[in-house]
Amino acid sequence: MAPFYEFGRFGDSASLVVAVLLGIAFGWFLERGGMGNARKLAGQFYFTDLSVLKLMFSAILTAMLGLFWLSWAGLLDLSRVYVPETFVAPQLVGGLIFGVGFATGGLCPGTSCVAAATGRRDGIALVLGMLAGVFVFGEAFPFIETFAESTARGAWTLPDAFGLSHGTVIGMIVAAALGAFAGAEWLERRAERPAAPPEPAR
Amino acid sequence: MSDAAPAVVGRTAGSTTAHATTRAVTRHEAAPYASPYLAGVGIGLVLLLSFVLMGRGLGASGAFSSVVTAAVNGAAPTHAANNGFYARYLGDGAGSPLQDWLVFEIIGVVIGGLLSAALAGRIRWTTERGPAITNNHRLVNAFIGGAVMGIGARLARGCTSGLGLTGGATLSVGSWLFVIAAFAGAYAAAPFLRKAWR
Repeated sequence: MAPFYEFGRFGDSASLVVAVLLGIAFGWFLERGGMGNARKLAGQFYFTDLSVLKLMFSAILTAMLGLFWLSWAGLLDLSRVYVPETFVAPQLVGGLIFGVGFATGGLCPGTSCVAAATGRRDGIALVLGMLAGVFVFGEAFPFIETFAESTARGAWTLPDAFGLSHGTVIGMIVAAALGAFAGAEWLERRAERPAAPPEPAR
Repeated sequence: MSDAAPAVVGRTAGSTTAHATTRAVTRHEAAPYASPYLAGVGIGLVLLLSFVLMGRGLGASGAFSSVVTAAVNGAAPTHAANNGFYARYLGDGAGSPLQDWLVFEIIGVVIGGLLSAALAGRIRWTTERGPAITNNHRLVNAFIGGAVMGIGARLARGCTSGLGLTGGATLSVGSWLFVIAAFAGAYAAAPFLRKAWR
């Protein structure tokens, strides 16, 4: 029965080996998808290259459906899988701040590591900036602690929030993702079309 | 795109097939990127494997917190222990904050990214930037963007990996709120940053 670590099938030292191996595969696919290139990522925000949206939604759908089926087949105990905790207000405000930084820097924390590893100086600058930002947050934490810990909802899930079944929510997310993929393809075709008719050949 | 335009050795001026010519004489041409759908399914399978093996998903920004906490703890241990944020990453104080699952995962990300880029001929000492700004301007933007993201990610307790992918797949309410807010923030800022990218 999965998750294997949760059921004591391997220990802490082995879990760190698993971490490196999963990280290698994660970094590999990020680089394959062009996510180590800030200019490609920035295209997301000008509707010219929507790879970020396509990649993120494809990954979420794959893992979400996999979890659902493994749990349905009785192979995985979903209650032992960690759900990131909800803090409504800090996550909304933190998300807005994060998004402004994302558009400015053109890479996110994970992809900046790939960019830095493949020789992109901007990736290295962004990694250093992240460390500086986390340090500033850490030093400011005593003053914003009350807000940062506010509106805690624990492991709150979309089925809980909407009072819908797990399967219904998953169906809605799949439908939204397929719609987003179609919209992304349409936007990219529109961006490729030249603004003015091409000059006649000389 | 910059991935197909390194070291051009000579371009025929005024040629209508300049693009094709450029490609033909480019040295060390990088392989094109994979389809984002395929790469996304790959990442989804890695994430699923992480759930199956570990009972937890992937992440990134938490590793940065561990590194900062280790540095602060090294320089001023009492200061770190008295701060609720650093204390979270110090744990029981038995081991270094660097002996952390996410730190090891991020070491893997660096290795995996390097391997993939090396095999595709995409390792290049360069600065990815828009055509209208200088390299130094881009590096300053990257540093500021990183710092702003660092603050946002810590306030939200995650980033596009730990909240976006892991929380997205486990249907966490806060994660979906974070992703929506992050894209809203990015699209609101993008018009003011046009010169940096276009």
